[in-house]
Amino acid sequence: MQKYLQLFWIFFRVGAFTFGGGYAMVPIIQKEIVDNAGFIENEEFLDIIAVAQSLPGAIAVNTTIFVGYKLFGILGAIFALLGTVLPSFLVILVLALFYNRIKDIQAIQRFFQGVRPAIVALIFMSAVKLGKAIDRKTFNYIIMAGAFMAIAIFKIHPILTIIGCAIAGLVHVKGDKQNDRAV
Amino acid sequence: MTELFKLFITFLKIGSFSFGGGYAMLPLIEEEIVYINQWLTQSEFIDIIAISQMSPGPIAINSATFVGFKYLGVGGAIAATVGVCFTSFFLVTGLARVIIKYYDSLIVKGIFSGIRPGVIGLIGAACVSLFKASIVDIKSLIIGLTVLVILSKTKIHPIAVILSSGVMGILLYSI
Repeated sequence: MQKYLQLFWIFFRVGAFTFGGGYAMVPIIQKEIVDNAGFIENEEFLDIIAVAQSLPGAIAVNTTIFVGYKLFGILGAIFALLGTVLPSFLVILVLALFYNRIKDIQAIQRFFQGVRPAIVALIFMSAVKLGKAIDRKTFNYIIMAGAFMAIAIFKIHPILTIIGCAIAGLVHVKGDKQNDRAV
Repeated sequence: MTELFKLFITFLKIGSFSFGGGYAMLPLIEEEIVYINQWLTQSEFIDIIAISQMSPGPIAINSATFVGFKYLGVGGAIAATVGVCFTSFFLVTGLARVIIKYYDSLIVKGIFSGIRPGVIGLIGAACVSLFKASIVDIKSLIIGLTVLVILSKTKIHPIAVILSSGVMGILLYSI
């Protein structure tokens, strides 16, 4: 039971401090699950993000379910998900009741004006850390740059980009295997 | 069909058909909530975005809880929130089972060998669009750069970073 509660508590913190949705939870999960708890490696974390992004639904929710399931099965997935969802659920109930009274408080707006640029820096540093988990091979650099340009410049949908990367990986592995045989 | 069940089914649909997470889910939520079911007005819907920015957690969860609560109270909030996570739960655990089982197979290895560097590019691209949306003036640039320097020199916890950058925001924007 204790391991489930630990998982719940970790994801409760993730849920409570993920502002901005999507990738904003990457730095916190990385710190808690990869660095502190050592439950998974950075490489596996990349795989999980890819799966979370490719399936329907919220990325943070999908990531949470995957990590929970991988660690402790279905119950792990349920406890992790409860942890991620609960802070959001509770805060929204309070906000829904008092929104009209607090929406004009300037300190709150300034707080979030300060948080937003910090999230960008946090996500950037996470990407750098995750990048270190990858071998320094030409193939990896090409894919990295290609995926970046596909989305940032050519506005190709992230799922199509991921599928493209998967196909490139498959072809590359097959090519490697044939080269091995030839040698 | 009871109203509670309808709320559950509507958010199940939203959770099942919106890809990409975050703000990418908003158009579908708007379609279902404002136009089809008319549970919220257009301006109440815009409040959701403002509220989501103030509240932690995924935007999909924020909007499900908010709409459910506005419409049917705490029970509605629960029905909508469970609905929006429902499909994710079965799809992710199902796929996770397959991936974990065949993790060492050449095909899965090949797929992930391409996806891993790709995801870094993906996150990099997300950084660029977030940068454009959040670094809007000299003050936000100062906060962003300060955080970047601190992160590269120390092992400070992201939560501490978020809280202190919020305080920096209050201080800087009060000047």
